[in-house]
Amino acid sequence: MTTATAQPTTKLWSGGKSPFNISYGKVMMWYFLMSDAFTFGAFLISYGTIRFSQNVWADANHVFNAFPFTGHANLPLAFVSLMTFILILSSVTMVLAVHDGHNMNRKGVEKWLIFTILGGLAFLGCQAWEWTHLITGDHQVLVNGVVQHWGTTVTHNPWGPETLFKGKEVATPGPIAFGGYFFGITGFHGFHVFSGVIINSVMLIKTRLKHFELRGHYEMIEKAGLYWHFVDLVWVFVFLCFYLV
Amino acid sequence: MSNEAILHDHQTGTHDLGHAHEHHHHETFITKYVFSQDHKMIAKQFLITGMVWAIIGGLFSVIFRLQLGYPESTFPWLEDFLGHWAKGGKLDPEFYYSLVTMHGTVLVFFVLTAGLSGTFSNFLIPLQVGARDMASPFLNMLSYWFFFTASVVMMASLFVQTGPASGGWTIYPPLSALGEASEGSKIGMDLWLISMSLFIINALLGGLNYITTVLNMRTKGMSMTRMPLTMWAFFFTAILGVLSFPVLLSGSILLLFDRNLGTSFYLSDIVINGKILPNEGGSPILFQHLFWFLGHPEVYIIILPAMGIASEVMSINSRKPIFGYMAMVGSLFAITALAFVVWAHHMFVTGLNPFLGSFFVLLTLLIAVPSAIKVFNWLTTLWRGNIRFSPGMLFAIGFVSLFISGGLTGVFLGNSALDIHLHDTYFIIAHFHIVMGVAGMFGMFAGLYHWFPKMYGRYLNNTLAYIHFWVTMVGSYLIFWPMHYEGLAGMPRRYYDFTNWESFKMFAGLNQFISFVSIIVFAAQLLFVFNFFYSIFKGRKVTTLNPWGAASLEWSTPIRPGHGNWPGEIPEVHRWAYDYGKDGRDFIPQTEPVGEDESKH
Repeated sequence: MTTATAQPTTKLWSGGKSPFNISYGKVMMWYFLMSDAFTFGAFLISYGTIRFSQNVWADANHVFNAFPFTGHANLPLAFVSLMTFILILSSVTMVLAVHDGHNMNRKGVEKWLIFTILGGLAFLGCQAWEWTHLITGDHQVLVNGVVQHWGTTVTHNPWGPETLFKGKEVATPGPIAFGGYFFGITGFHGFHVFSGVIINSVMLIKTRLKHFELRGHYEMIEKAGLYWHFVDLVWVFVFLCFYLV
Repeated sequence: MSNEAILHDHQTGTHDLGHAHEHHHHETFITKYVFSQDHKMIAKQFLITGMVWAIIGGLFSVIFRLQLGYPESTFPWLEDFLGHWAKGGKLDPEFYYSLVTMHGTVLVFFVLTAGLSGTFSNFLIPLQVGARDMASPFLNMLSYWFFFTASVVMMASLFVQTGPASGGWTIYPPLSALGEASEGSKIGMDLWLISMSLFIINALLGGLNYITTVLNMRTKGMSMTRMPLTMWAFFFTAILGVLSFPVLLSGSILLLFDRNLGTSFYLSDIVINGKILPNEGGSPILFQHLFWFLGHPEVYIIILPAMGIASEVMSINSRKPIFGYMAMVGSLFAITALAFVVWAHHMFVTGLNPFLGSFFVLLTLLIAVPSAIKVFNWLTTLWRGNIRFSPGMLFAIGFVSLFISGGLTGVFLGNSALDIHLHDTYFIIAHFHIVMGVAGMFGMFAGLYHWFPKMYGRYLNNTLAYIHFWVTMVGSYLIFWPMHYEGLAGMPRRYYDFTNWESFKMFAGLNQFISFVSIIVFAAQLLFVFNFFYSIFKGRKVTTLNPWGAASLEWSTPIRPGHGNWPGEIPEVHRWAYDYGKDGRDFIPQTEPVGEDESKH
């Protein structure tokens, strides 16, 4: 056994084994994540170029100030903070699932995967609520001398600068691109979360069926975990670009 | 559980594959020829699908060359063939643009990307690194079927009432974003975008497999620097694809939204048919950035595999080691890295800040350095070699010739000042067809003639091959060389008819000549297609394991390798792939251990 394990590091690349000492599946996952990072990068950079070519933009503190069951209370960024917290918490539970996988603890893997899936579903639910709130919102907007009632959609942006109309502060139309980018990018991210929930559910089923126990390792959970953490990381950037900047 | 267990698990998995093959052979027609997971069969699927597309894409160019060469004539048979797109035997201008667009799309993506790297990466990577199959045969199969689905969607777009996309292969908005703008911007454009999105998934799945197979699946002794240059070329090609295609995916998704959901990513201040559109704040230039961030690496995705194949074929047929192996690898790497930072040289005249443009000029011209290194290495490989002018070798030499001719005009075009005059003229058409289009095809032909015996266990017919080569070689120069003059004179590309310009009347005869030659060259390609299918069934049989006397690993497999490639153990590798003419021996295979008194290279 000593000859098999004591490989000098200089021979890592000489063939017959993985130079990074990891399986092909993980190499693939890492390259896929790099590729996906370019997809999101392209979206976010596009968003940046268009946003900073505009004179005005929507103020996140005004747009995202609602919280379920609180009526019209002004709670800027409170709800999105909760969403972010849920997603990060689901990353923690994913880490625990991977950890129990290392210890070949099937029950533990199952438990933490269920929590991770619930976290993902909760995030998607929050996003659905936020979207609905924005789209069906009712905001007074002064358009060509007439006050109209707009929600936030890909074609309408009621978050332009305010102006005095008949002695009242009324918003004017803001840059249309806001809705397109917001729904486009958070939607694309949400689609990734949705895929992650599906993947994790498959992992849960396979764990329950003892596929990994029989195989002798839980590497699939690790790969699903890599994907899940990546989706989390992307959210951090989306959060930064849409809510904080 | 340990990491060793995971790695071991996988290795035994592939190990079983080789042995399982010997004992029970219960493959049905469906699993062997249709949903095959054997990399060799998937390569052939890519190849034949690519060939079908090449014929279609080539035919398109012949049809629009008829219009360009004979603008005053009518061709009644065209109406039988194209219906309302060629009323009275004269091409409809709208359809002319569709033909140009589809010719570009089909040739660039479906033939020279999927047909070239799809075929040869799949076929050669496991054989030349010494693996039973790709890292994930299943994803590999999926990759082909995404390509097939993309093909079906693109093919369907040819048959819709309003015709396929017609905004040029670069599909710049706002033209491509607005259905009212032209016939080809209606459903044909949506199908184009859907097809390309599917194609990008194919490229991603394929690329992930190529990268991981090269990194993880090399046989014992096959260090990275012992790999044939084809492997390095496919490896870098895959990295380019995996990192640049997703950006086109983003761009396409945003374009689909602009077309169908009323967003304003690329649209602003547009009046169409007297109607003011509500779209505001978007930027069509943004699309060009996203497009060319893929678009430029894409041309290297086409040319790197051709470079790898040419290097390999030239070394074998010169009976000499490739000159400057490490320099070849280094220049492949340099081209790969530079590919990502030169995209704006396609956009010099979009209003790009000239100061920013100067950086892109510098970076673009830097590519001449690794390119020249490669050219000199090929020439010095030929130098005093014992050259065998096999058809593959002829195409490899032809590739180098075309790469030099087309590369030199790239130096013209890389200068932003000259580009003001030359952009969107026939000069650029001449440049990219020679350096990328035809050179890419030559790389593909070199590979096909060289590895056909490994693919089908038979040879292609040599006489037909020589006719094919000389007609194509001479014809390509006759077609594209004159276009430089037309372009320098300012003749714009993509125009339907030049008869109204006094200044371009002098080119009427030249245009006719170009069209005439392109028909002949197209016919020569049909000759190749005949040779290909005829030889699969009736070609001269390969009787020796290593007909070309090549040192690389694929020739140590049986004449018709089964799934798993090697019947017994995978051979161990002891040396690089280019020990030709060493110590008085013609060649030494990679599998032979280094002798004690052997000289060092």
